[in-house]
Amino acid sequence: MRRAATLLLGILLLVPSPAPSQDKPIVIGSKTFTESYLLAEIMAQLLEAHGFKVRRQFGFGGTLVCFKALKTGEIDVYPEYTGTISETILAHPAPSGSKDFTDQLAALGLQTLPGFGFDNTYALAVTGKTAQRLGLKTISDLARQPQLRVGLSHEFLDRPDGWPGLRAAYHLPQSSFGIDHGLAYRALLEGRLDVTDAYSTDGDILRYGLVVLRDDRRFFPDYHAVPLVRRDLSAAAKEVLGKLAGRIDDARMRELNAQVSVAGKSFAEVAAGFLQDEGLVAAPPVGRLSGIAASMLKNTLVHLKLTGIAVLAACVIGIGLALAVYRSKPISTAVLYLAGLLQTIPSIALLALMIPFAGVGQTPAIIALFLYSLLPIVRNGVTALLTIDPLLRRVAAGLGLTQYEQLRHVYLPLALPHVLSGLRIAAVVSIGTATLAAFIGAGGLGDPIVTGLALNDTGLILQGAVPAAVLAILTELGFELLERKCIPRHMLSS
Amino acid sequence: MRGIIEFDDVAKRYDQTWVIDALNLGLSEGRVTALVGKSGAGKSTLLQMVNGLIRPDRGTVRVFGEPVPVRSLSRFRRHIGYAVQGTGLFPHLRVEKNIALLGRLEDWASERISERVDELMALMGLEPSLRQRYPHQLSGGQQQRVGICRAMFLRPDILLLDEPFSGVDPLAREEIHKRFHALMLSEPATVLLVTHDVAEAVRLASDIVVLDGGRVLQAGALEQVKRHPANDAVARLFESA
Repeated sequence: MRRAATLLLGILLLVPSPAPSQDKPIVIGSKTFTESYLLAEIMAQLLEAHGFKVRRQFGFGGTLVCFKALKTGEIDVYPEYTGTISETILAHPAPSGSKDFTDQLAALGLQTLPGFGFDNTYALAVTGKTAQRLGLKTISDLARQPQLRVGLSHEFLDRPDGWPGLRAAYHLPQSSFGIDHGLAYRALLEGRLDVTDAYSTDGDILRYGLVVLRDDRRFFPDYHAVPLVRRDLSAAAKEVLGKLAGRIDDARMRELNAQVSVAGKSFAEVAAGFLQDEGLVAAPPVGRLSGIAASMLKNTLVHLKLTGIAVLAACVIGIGLALAVYRSKPISTAVLYLAGLLQTIPSIALLALMIPFAGVGQTPAIIALFLYSLLPIVRNGVTALLTIDPLLRRVAAGLGLTQYEQLRHVYLPLALPHVLSGLRIAAVVSIGTATLAAFIGAGGLGDPIVTGLALNDTGLILQGAVPAAVLAILTELGFELLERKCIPRHMLSS
Repeated sequence: MRGIIEFDDVAKRYDQTWVIDALNLGLSEGRVTALVGKSGAGKSTLLQMVNGLIRPDRGTVRVFGEPVPVRSLSRFRRHIGYAVQGTGLFPHLRVEKNIALLGRLEDWASERISERVDELMALMGLEPSLRQRYPHQLSGGQQQRVGICRAMFLRPDILLLDEPFSGVDPLAREEIHKRFHALMLSEPATVLLVTHDVAEAVRLASDIVVLDGGRVLQAGALEQVKRHPANDAVARLFESA
């Protein structure tokens, strides 16, 4: 058993960690929607084509997580929008390109590179038919058509820089109602609705043949897409990324997005195609597409590392804690209560709570999984120790066993069935919970699941879900085997 | 004469009740002393003071001429065998491992351990085939004999037996008594035997101590006490036997 533990530890330590010391790769991040993945992949392939070593750390759950990762150096670059930088990231909103904007970013150790060339802002969309029939080209044109039915996503409906502001700026006569964004396009096509809000580069605009009305009074802020990078990124890398400046206009981005979301191509494929069309890379980069097995293996190893370290630590500390507190009823009650409270925090919330303390990446994920694993181990440990027959305790002491010997030869073996079943619960739950750790950039089998969910790509989801399920089942079986091997049959609880 | 075990003005109380009160007693080396009395008379408490499982609130317990130590208790206890009612066998260890536990902890060579297990099992009439069984696979009588083997493994100078033969049927008990006699002939020790069964005391002991309410009613050689009971209570004890 000891040899197995050593072996396991060895394997865990061999699994790649972020930031290897030599020949440090450029780490590229993204958020969890198609356009972000695509731009990140384009940057990654372009850098690779220029001989840079690149690591992809895609799929951060939200702007603040992604930004935090950049600030702490977990990642070196990710695609962001000037409007988001100004409104969400900077302490004081400043127009992009202004000195204030640049200075505030510089103070954070960051800078933007020249934009990709498109503006993914809010927009109003109508069907091609409606546009033609009424001659609609701009938002101003809407003022003359009070009969049009306007259905908007709830967020757009409520934001001051959404519908209320827009309506006032253009003196629009229509009233509006809220509708789920996913349903709005369908309602538009079925004629139950005439106007809805959209992102100007949404691939679905092409898919459904919609027309985007021009913001002729420039009401919406700019959401120019730019590479947001750390200032300490090498000048050579910045220069390479600069080659992308102005290469992608709104229509092109819409078309690239549609290649993924409508035509179902992979990011790598679409990115490679784009870079070749632009003459930015010579030959298609090899090895990425045939690498499903390799990436599954890598994700599985990372997953094992996250859960393995967390559960091992929880095991050592949990059993120690159980031994330390079980003698005192009030203390053990308090510890179990606290551990129980930790367990009630939804796992995704616990992961998010780690961000302010430990940032993003593998470390906070391991800490969260560790905390999560603690309860079943401590609870079972305490229960096991409390239920040891007092006569056996007395005999163990009376025969002349030292404290350590009592622990080693009597208490722990007697507690083992309970402790192992606690470990088993902790390990299986951890494997499940660790899939959520992808949201804070920890990687693992949650990575393809999160990406797949964002893209509605079942194949990608399964690349994470199937190994995760297999891993959980194997762990369960492994523990069953371990129990059979380590515990005499008559001592097994079930 | 000074005894191998001496209780000097010993008292012990649980909550508000004194279970042992101002008790003086000396036990002679090499004798089998039965500690008899009703339940609650303080027999088991007194016995556990010998190996330091229970500390007196007052007075001193001396073993081998020295007060029961506070440090290195485990070292001290390895000179004192201990077997209890209900056997206290470790359920996760096979018979041979239960018996040999102290030998392993003392780093005995495995051949020496094995020989000693054989020897003790033979003395106590346990079939060698039982070595690989777990305690729950044995009869009650077998379990109690294994408990005695374990207590005797290191050839202790003193053997403490806390009602180790109660709870088995009379036939099995008869067998255990016989085996115990053989064991004492082969490996003599000073034995302190707690029992509520005077017949068992008569069968096994050379000396007897009658306890009542935490005090000694009478102590001395078994025949002496039987022939000249100090009072009616002691006399009645023997009548019922």
